[in-house]
Amino acid sequence: MALLRIRNLSVDFATASGKFRAVDSMDVTVDRGDILAIVGESGSGKSVSMLAMMGLLPWTATITADEMSFDGIDLRSVTAAQRRKIIGRDMAMIFQEPMSSLNPCFTVGFQIRESLRKHMNMSRRERHQRAIELFEQVGIPEPEKRLGVFPHQMSGGMNQRVMIAMAIACRPRLLIADEPTTALDVTIQAQILELLTGLQRDTGMALILITHDMGVVAETAQRVSVQYAGQKVEEQPVRPLFSTPHHPYTAALLAALPERATSKILPSIPGVVPGQFDRPKGCLFSPRCSKADDRCREIEPENQPEELGRAKCHYPLGVNEPEMAQ
Amino acid sequence: MNKPVVVAHDLTRHYEVGGGIFSSTQTVEALSGASFTLQPGKTLAVVGESGCGKSTLARVVTMIEPPTSGTLMIDDEAVSPDKWASLRSSVQIVFQDPYGSLNPRQRIGDILMEPLVINRKDMSAKDREAQARDMLAMVGLRREHFDRYPHMFSGGQRQRIAVARALMLNPRVLVLDEPVSALDLSIQSQVLNLLVELQEKLGLAYLFISHDLSVVKHMADDIVVMYLGRPVETGPIEDVVANPRHPYTKALLSATPIADPTIEKKRIKLEGELPSPINVPKGCAFSPRCWKATEECRAKRPVLDEGRHRVACYHPEG
Ligand SMILES: Nc1ncnc2c1ncn2[C@@H]1O[C@H](COP(=O)(O)OP(=O)(O)OP(=O)(O)O)[C@@H](O)[C@H]1O
Ligand SMILES: Nc1ncnc2c1ncn2[C@@H]1O[C@H](COP(=O)(O)OP(=O)(O)OP(=O)(O)O)[C@@H](O)[C@H]1O
Ligand SMILES: [Mg+2]
Ligand SMILES: [Mg+2]
Repeated sequence: MALLRIRNLSVDFATASGKFRAVDSMDVTVDRGDILAIVGESGSGKSVSMLAMMGLLPWTATITADEMSFDGIDLRSVTAAQRRKIIGRDMAMIFQEPMSSLNPCFTVGFQIRESLRKHMNMSRRERHQRAIELFEQVGIPEPEKRLGVFPHQMSGGMNQRVMIAMAIACRPRLLIADEPTTALDVTIQAQILELLTGLQRDTGMALILITHDMGVVAETAQRVSVQYAGQKVEEQPVRPLFSTPHHPYTAALLAALPERATSKILPSIPGVVPGQFDRPKGCLFSPRCSKADDRCREIEPENQPEELGRAKCHYPLGVNEPEMAQ
Repeated sequence: MNKPVVVAHDLTRHYEVGGGIFSSTQTVEALSGASFTLQPGKTLAVVGESGCGKSTLARVVTMIEPPTSGTLMIDDEAVSPDKWASLRSSVQIVFQDPYGSLNPRQRIGDILMEPLVINRKDMSAKDREAQARDMLAMVGLRREHFDRYPHMFSGGQRQRIAVARALMLNPRVLVLDEPVSALDLSIQSQVLNLLVELQEKLGLAYLFISHDLSVVKHMADDIVVMYLGRPVETGPIEDVVANPRHPYTKALLSATPIADPTIEKKRIKLEGELPSPINVPKGCAFSPRCWKATEECRAKRPVLDEGRHRVACYHPEG
């Protein structure tokens, strides 16, 4: 049984100008010990899909799914009390904006001990010890001293590390990390990523990593899911994804990496992601795709088979050169 | 070699902080001893950890703040605050955040014309408008975008607008403070391409601040690596990347993730944190975290050696 299984998840927002589909028929499967990266342009629904699963979207959002289960529990029908029990303990999230999830009125030490008190059977003393240990793990210097500090008294990078410490405090079985290292320097980033992959190795924690840093993806993930305009357009293990992308969007994204540049002018994807009012009829990527023809503009593509990364494309790439990296 | 547009010598910027009820004033040594030149058509990149003084350097070069000491020459003219007004049009800045740096209530046209209204009072309104519309075309937008508001544009388009505004006074130097850090990959490449094209067309000199080494490698001709307010290594980008001489540069390069899953990486682990610029260590600022540090390093700060590829270290690599 998969740890997390989502089938056909869609999220619609009611906005002043009408309905807006932020997530469109998404599937996600994560097993114990998996590291799945989700990549894709800004606004492609990466955060919203995860927030939907955790029940953290505002009332303006309408969520539909054929299946949404964690460890066999149907997340669509759990009570609020059951959900609170799961979230924060078995399933934890590092949010994209660290400040929004720390309470400015309490010291960071209080917040971390409180979460341990709620979810773990620990004595006061053990909670204090564990808080110090966590701060050490995420590289916060002088942890004893920092526990008594308020969020606004620390830098963005330091708060992000507090957030990470809180997320892993109760030894979650699934950690969702939404841009966990963007506010951090590369040397600290390396340390945090090592900590997270270490937890995955040692405790079998599964990790969903949302990031736009393809370097982090290449070094951390086992599988990569590529999202475009709310849809998953491709999913592959990390090596073949980088060597043989099957969806033209994935290929275009990789071509835009400065590391891969062959001249001073980088290949770039013309245009922007479709919005509420200019959602095309057929393939959502067709207006920006160099390979699109009338069929792409008229008919929404089905997913290709597993061997082709389930690419949502009529004309998948790399069909004649399968799995070079295997 | 071309004649440099900017010559910076020993630029230093300190801030006095504190002095509240409980503490006496303290000095933040945000920037110390920064020397470099900027050439027309060339890019100098500045890299280093958060808080190492990159933005402070940007503000001093853009004449937003005076240096505490050191000299800045622009086109052979020594800069002093009384000359700021006349020299400022030569050096313009683009900030990181394409959302925060544009006033949401101003039309794009007014945003672009503002520098002209302030600095070119002799220009007619009609000429100002014509120049703004031309500039929109130059940065890959449309002339009719003149009447729109910032919220109608994507992040990449907003960054184009910010670049357009910076170019309105025909500067010779652009200071780019993390210009693509808030953008995703496909938009990043559009903005980088724009910068490359403009540099070629207009012979601009760039001071390019970034923490993304893959972007820096792509854009820069030369690089300055800063640590705790001071340059610790500088030289041509290929040399520094291929043969980093300062242990800190080496650690920084080794910590940068590479977008290639087939590469096995050996990482240098750094102990400890970037120390505070309030209590700068006496010797080499990097010595508390350096695996090569000796008594000498802790006692006396090393200075940059001579040559094209310079390093401030008693025990350089290679
Ligand atoms: N509360 C909301 N009401 C209406 N629209 C929303 C709301 N929250 C998010 N959206 C929209 O849903 C879409 C997906 O947003 P999401 O935050 O998931 O993007 P993302 O892929 O995480 O992007 P980024 O990489 O920038 O974080 C966006 O177009 C966003 O504007
Ligand atoms: N006006 C000020 N008063 C006091 N200290 C300041 C001031 N401006 C900057 N500093 C301090 O100077 C140091 C250098 O700051 P600066 O913003 O230049 O760093 P940076 O390298 O741009 O960092 P980042 O990568 O996070 O943007 C920091 O320790 C900062 O807190
Ligand atoms: Mg997001
Ligand atoms: Mg800065």
